[in-house]
Amino acid sequence: MVRADFSHTMANPLKCDLCSKPATVHLTQIVNNKVHKVDLCESCAQAKGVTDPSGFSLADLLLKASINPEQPATGVRCEHCGFTQNDFKKHGRFGCPVCYETFRGLVEPMLENMHHGTTHAGKVPHRALERKTLYDRLTKLELDLTEAIKSERYEDAARTRDEINQVKQAFQPKPAR
Amino acid sequence: MTISSLIDSPSELTDSSSSKSAIVLMTRIRLARNLAGQSFPGWAKPPQREEILESCRAAVTAAPQMKRCFNLSVGDLSELEKQILVERHLISRELSGSKAGAGVIISKDQAFSVMMNEEDHLRIQVLRSGFQLKKAWNSINDFDSAIEEHLDFAFSPTLGYLTACPTNLGTGMRASAMMHLPALVISSQMEKVVRAVNQLGMVVRGLFGEGSDASGSIFQISNQTTLGESEDEIIKRLGSVLQSIIEHEMNAREKLIEADAGKVYDKVGRAYGILQNSHLLSSSEAMNLLSLIRLGIDLGAFPDANRSAIDRLFIEAQPGHLQHAQKGEFEPTQRDVLRASRLRSEFANFARPDFNSNPNGKN
Repeated sequence: MVRADFSHTMANPLKCDLCSKPATVHLTQIVNNKVHKVDLCESCAQAKGVTDPSGFSLADLLLKASINPEQPATGVRCEHCGFTQNDFKKHGRFGCPVCYETFRGLVEPMLENMHHGTTHAGKVPHRALERKTLYDRLTKLELDLTEAIKSERYEDAARTRDEINQVKQAFQPKPAR
Repeated sequence: MTISSLIDSPSELTDSSSSKSAIVLMTRIRLARNLAGQSFPGWAKPPQREEILESCRAAVTAAPQMKRCFNLSVGDLSELEKQILVERHLISRELSGSKAGAGVIISKDQAFSVMMNEEDHLRIQVLRSGFQLKKAWNSINDFDSAIEEHLDFAFSPTLGYLTACPTNLGTGMRASAMMHLPALVISSQMEKVVRAVNQLGMVVRGLFGEGSDASGSIFQISNQTTLGESEDEIIKRLGSVLQSIIEHEMNAREKLIEADAGKVYDKVGRAYGILQNSHLLSSSEAMNLLSLIRLGIDLGAFPDANRSAIDRLFIEAQPGHLQHAQKGEFEPTQRDVLRASRLRSEFANFARPDFNSNPNGKN
């Protein structure tokens, strides 16, 4: 339940969790029986639609609030897409799938409060994973082949080529069901 | 553009005869999916967005569910067309406001839609009228697998499907039901229900999602968490929460009738009178009146067959649909005139309420 409390405007010295102006709106939400509190200034509360109590989810805000503001950004940059921890603070979204590896230390503590569990228990994209395994195998075989030719091991090369053809055949998409 | 043909062709939401459910108007499930090795839409550069859009488009249109689909680019749509798609729950407000390199593909019967480069590369959605969580899950599961034949989704064995926002990790699934809860609203129990539902890990929103109001006593109830449970478990849990909300609403209706049937009939009867005779109707007033008529149908005061007409009007009384039907741009006050005139003609031939044939009436 989201409760917006506009009462203690003056006395409270709390700062807004999003922009650190003085906070005048204080929210409490219970997720998985854990209490979460967010403090916001007037303008952030407006911008986030907090003032409409009927249709509002704190998920986004909780997300940003759960990043410890005192902890200095480590300057880590996602090698794949150039995303930084500061970018995450700003957007609340990651840059690419690899970011979940890069910022693992940031993500893991968040999940416990956010979700029902911390490990995936649902659907697995078997076809896509199978393709990836095949692709990795193919990449390795092609390397082997180059090696074999370079060192004039022609028997090995022929065998590797046969294997490559087999893997390539497995790649052919099955007819749509 | 094909928006006109989309509006004119029969759709799951506006024409389904299977909408026999008194309380659940529709069931919706969406899956968030992303391509491995590509930046998420909010971080990708424009050329990369275009590239992602094209690979998604090819994969989605190849699925058998998308035979003879509507294949649209957000940049080609007018403001009005986008608004109509939002009102039909086929695209989100976020997608409608997005920059270049975003699109949507909608199946012919408008039951499936796939938004591309919204918050995630793919937001796959299925929409079913009535209370059909299991059926909706089975059909979107098949559809998702068909798309996966052609795309490598970003996936981690521990975190599941990887999404731009960590709140969608795991299954990437948001399942929801649109519920009509007039008796809980009339008897001021909605706040209590929202609190209880929240504690069970579910979210309550208005008709058009986050931040929208609950005019017409229509609420969207969905799962909040996506990681740590399988799709079946989430659906089972959501289903039992929905079932208990249905029971609460039914009890509240019974109590209202028991306490003062005349007061309820008066509300329904007045709504009928206003819809037949008014000349100015705001969107939210119209929603509330239609909601009372739907309650009247559930109470047996109007024929059951009228329910799908009301569900259609819930959508057609929205500003975008109204503007499209009248072909032109209108000020809000002019729209209120048009809305009233539209509803007057719709209700001119609507049978008068008959509270005596009421099967649930206890008087």
